[in-house]
Amino acid sequence: MQETKLIKIDPITRLEGHGKIHILLDKSGNVDEAYFQVVELRGFEKFCQGRPVEEMPNITTRICGVCPWNHHLASAKATDAVYKVDPPDAAKKIRELGYCSFFIHDHATHFYALGGPDFIVGPGAPSQERNIAGVLKKVGAEIGGNVLKALKSAHEIEEIVGGRAVHPVFAIPGGVSKPLSGKDLEKIEERAKFMLDFSQMTVNTFEKTVVQSKQHFNLMTTDTYRLKTHYMGMIDEKGKMNIYDGQLKVIDPEGKTFAQFKANDYLQHIAEYVEPWTYLKFPYLKNIGWKGLVDGKTSGIYRVGPLARFNVADGLSTPLAQAAYEKMFETLKKPAHETLAYHWARVIETLYASERLLELIKDPVVRSDKVRTIPTATPEEGVGAVEAPRGTLIHHYKTDPEGLVQAVNLIVATTHNHGGICASVKKAAQGLIKKGKVSDEILNMVEMAFRAYDPCLACATHTLPGQMPLELDIYNSEKKLIRRMSRP
Amino acid sequence: MSQTKLKLAIGLGATCSGCDMAIVDLAEKLTNVFNAVDIVFWPTASDQKLKEFEQLPDASVDLGFYHGSIANEENKEIAHLLRKKTKTLISFGACACHGGVPGLANLTTTKELFATVYATPSTANPDLKQPQTKTTIGGYSLVLPEKFDTVQCLNECIDVDYYLPGCPPEVPLVEKAIEAILTGKLPAKGETLAPNRILCDECPRKREEKKIPKIYRIQQIIPDQEKCLLDQGVICLGPSTRMGCGARCLEANMPCRGCMGPTSKALDQGAKMIASLGSILGLEGEEAMTEEEVKQLMDQVKDPLGLFYMFTLPASILKRRNMTQK
Repeated sequence: MQETKLIKIDPITRLEGHGKIHILLDKSGNVDEAYFQVVELRGFEKFCQGRPVEEMPNITTRICGVCPWNHHLASAKATDAVYKVDPPDAAKKIRELGYCSFFIHDHATHFYALGGPDFIVGPGAPSQERNIAGVLKKVGAEIGGNVLKALKSAHEIEEIVGGRAVHPVFAIPGGVSKPLSGKDLEKIEERAKFMLDFSQMTVNTFEKTVVQSKQHFNLMTTDTYRLKTHYMGMIDEKGKMNIYDGQLKVIDPEGKTFAQFKANDYLQHIAEYVEPWTYLKFPYLKNIGWKGLVDGKTSGIYRVGPLARFNVADGLSTPLAQAAYEKMFETLKKPAHETLAYHWARVIETLYASERLLELIKDPVVRSDKVRTIPTATPEEGVGAVEAPRGTLIHHYKTDPEGLVQAVNLIVATTHNHGGICASVKKAAQGLIKKGKVSDEILNMVEMAFRAYDPCLACATHTLPGQMPLELDIYNSEKKLIRRMSRP
Repeated sequence: MSQTKLKLAIGLGATCSGCDMAIVDLAEKLTNVFNAVDIVFWPTASDQKLKEFEQLPDASVDLGFYHGSIANEENKEIAHLLRKKTKTLISFGACACHGGVPGLANLTTTKELFATVYATPSTANPDLKQPQTKTTIGGYSLVLPEKFDTVQCLNECIDVDYYLPGCPPEVPLVEKAIEAILTGKLPAKGETLAPNRILCDECPRKREEKKIPKIYRIQQIIPDQEKCLLDQGVICLGPSTRMGCGARCLEANMPCRGCMGPTSKALDQGAKMIASLGSILGLEGEEAMTEEEVKQLMDQVKDPLGLFYMFTLPASILKRRNMTQK
């Protein structure tokens, strides 16, 4: 039997969590394999069978209370398709409007509270500063106050549009449950204006603290955090990024278009591999095949999420965000393979969503009362896809002629990224562990590779504002614990 | 109010973390209430380690919230630990109180669930591989916790002091609960910290208690926003659901799906709903209907099991589908 050393990172200690990282060393003390385990399964694909399909947008929000909006809307779009119904323009735009607010909410939370501590404060900083307080110290108290105000504003817009912020209820087959009143729109606009200022400030902060800092920039572009993969994201008819609707485009690691397809053809392009040691599957590009946890052009692994969307699209449709996008790709070569640049793309997307939100509010169509199309066709089968904050989300339902669900397939963003997350963790570990020598910084560095994706494991486990407690155990070849590192 | 802060611990079971979001929301909106609280354990949002929590003296924490259902051994261990360390323990949210949406898994088994999840149309799995509780690679075992066959509510596992339902619980209810603890004005043990009346009592819509001759699914009708949805033929769980949520879904022109669970006057939410429907389904001159006509009307309610027990199957008298007959 091969002799191995074991390094185990429980992102959330044994009893608390739903995800774990293990790193196995070979005889010579180099990284042999890295495992990122998802240890929980709830089985929505099974227990949704038999439910009336119009209930799905409300049932599937309960997959995740942190990102319920993307599930609500992907599900509603799948039910539109099941009933072969095209919602009125106003309904689509009201859905997108609420979604933009949610996008800002989710991205800002990640940037300031979750990813920020790793990146803004930096991995070399003392652990007691690597938290939201440390981020606020670095960016200043004024920005800190604005962060809370922006999150609250987003929450209020979500309540106005969705009925509730956590677990919205407004989207139904053929449209939305209720039009927006002039008064609603006034309230939304006031908040949206503040959110635009806030997003601009966030992009500036990122450029100042990360891009213009030699130390941070070098970290972002180091080979340890580079992974050359395929990318997938949603684009509109002009090739620009879209988060609510459009075709899915895949590019290869050199940036060439590999495939472009409608969401309902996803089965021709994506397949999923099953490993016995985790509850989460590994999606890959069907026309390449599953080649294991490796990157490169010959690997079927593709990535989704902010960086992937930027790599795939020809640009962003709003002016301020487009300018920031151009700046990013003047600095990094497109397609950018720097995993830590997910953070950069994420803050620029916050700006895009804010601009798009204001655009939609000013569109006279969202004032229309016509927000419903009553379906007349016999329900059958449908796919709904949106870009969730963390990447492409696909819901696929099949029903009987009464509209009762017979089959459900879900591929969530973190699942699409599963192969990429594992490969990134392995690569970071390889760069930091040589001949059994484990660098003191490995705990932080491996975590950074993992957290850049903002993995949402409640779509298995999820962590909120604050730190994800990490523990790293090193075992000798007899599997005896010889060292334990944890923070803070 | 006393000078010492209230010590709060938050434990998680099988959860979507929406309850955590509700607590974050509370912290944003009600800084004064939250400033009176010192959070000593909250794995989702702060750093305190489980080990530190384990080392605290028993019953040294004033208040505990537990959200999520009990779906595996780890969920159970956390629940027992939280019980041991806290003086007052609140079952927080729909999953802990009644099983919640994932409780619908009690309509199936873990075996059936695996057989479905690892054989979806996108899964390339000709050998029908499934995750194993133990996999050995290079002499090292990777272990996965086993999923229970039946999802349980919190009170099946530990002794619960109070219940705070909702998916997630609404801010005013949480605020009231914390205030009651701070001032020592708590009701008798075992109570639900929400009014013991049905949702219809706080619903702003006008109800005429009409007989319904036809049932509409939500996609089939554009309902009047002022009138009772049941009067308009849309199934709404208001009559079988506890009030306290502010009727937010109704506000959004959508029917209630019962996330607050039943009042204490109803043993079972679904049974109460069937009884309520029984009295309103039909024509004004119902005596004239044949049995066949009544059946046809009842058949218009699609999936009554999933609809009437969407949030409460594990807490219901049904509990789960009887698997022995399959």
